[in-house]
Amino acid sequence: MDPAAAKLIGAGLACSALIGAGVGIGSIFGNFLSGALRNPSAAPGQFPNLLLGFALAEATGLFGLVIALILLFVF
Amino acid sequence: MIDGLFISAAHAAAAESGGHHGGGGFNPMHQFVIDRYVPIKLFGYDASFTNSSLWMVMATGLVTAFLILSMKNAGNVPNRVQSLSEITYEFVANMVRQNAGNGGMPYFPVIFTIFMFVLSMNLIGMIPIPGLGAFTVTSHIIVTFALAAFVWIGVTAIGIAKHGVRFFKLFVPSGVPLLLLPLITIIEIISYFTRPISLSVRLFANMMAGHTMLAVFGSFVVGLGILGGWVPLTFMILLMGLEILIAFLQAYVFAVLSCIYLSDALHAGSH
Repeated sequence: MDPAAAKLIGAGLACSALIGAGVGIGSIFGNFLSGALRNPSAAPGQFPNLLLGFALAEATGLFGLVIALILLFVF
Repeated sequence: MIDGLFISAAHAAAAESGGHHGGGGFNPMHQFVIDRYVPIKLFGYDASFTNSSLWMVMATGLVTAFLILSMKNAGNVPNRVQSLSEITYEFVANMVRQNAGNGGMPYFPVIFTIFMFVLSMNLIGMIPIPGLGAFTVTSHIIVTFALAAFVWIGVTAIGIAKHGVRFFKLFVPSGVPLLLLPLITIIEIISYFTRPISLSVRLFANMMAGHTMLAVFGSFVVGLGILGGWVPLTFMILLMGLEILIAFLQAYVFAVLSCIYLSDALHAGSH
């Protein structure tokens, strides 16, 4: 295979890390919502944890983006 | 490493488009280019005063001025600006207390400094200044890696100074079956040594990806002109809001994870 084509395909495949990030963010907000509807009075106290989980899950997807950029620009 | 390649990619694109910035040859990576304002050579190293340095000085000056001026006429009943700086203080103090316990409070000043520094750099990067452009210092991995390495080395030093050899019990958790213990220990050691990398890449990747996305959407606004540009402009405003949220959230995550690492080091013996 042409190395340039392999590079582009690899960069595209690296973006599939965003699948996991999407699943993670969805599950965090979904579970928070179902928990918050069961016990609304406890929900505000867990809001920082919600944001922390969101940021951590989102960052995992961005690691894939960094790998895509490394593939595109370093090799 | 990645810094260098962005710069070379952006410079190559600028050269292709005839050397002038913007215009026909639009490149979303152009905003990450480092310009040397005052070239300084120090013992063979390049220690120039760059636009990155200028924005760092601006961020530090802004935070210092805000904290000093807001507490200048401090009273028992806080006025508006004073309560703003007291809220930031209480916010970070609660974060340290919750994540590292009261034993972490001696290290509150450094956590507060890291939080305010990262937050101000993230936020002033959102504001374009005429003549300077908009530059986010934290979108360069060398800056975030230096911060993360500083946190990691400092926390490890605190742990070793406090617990001595018992600090290494951090890698050998108690209550694990003997058969699994070697595997768990190896995983713990690897996860400990990747901490500075994950901490720095998280902040850098969020900032870099967000600003690239903003630049791409901005090019849609310019490209579609006065007739069609309103649609992406609406998205731009929403994305700006999201980016300001991310800017705050990443500073918060950086500080919280620093607190958690500090807590690990402080309570290493009791694992």
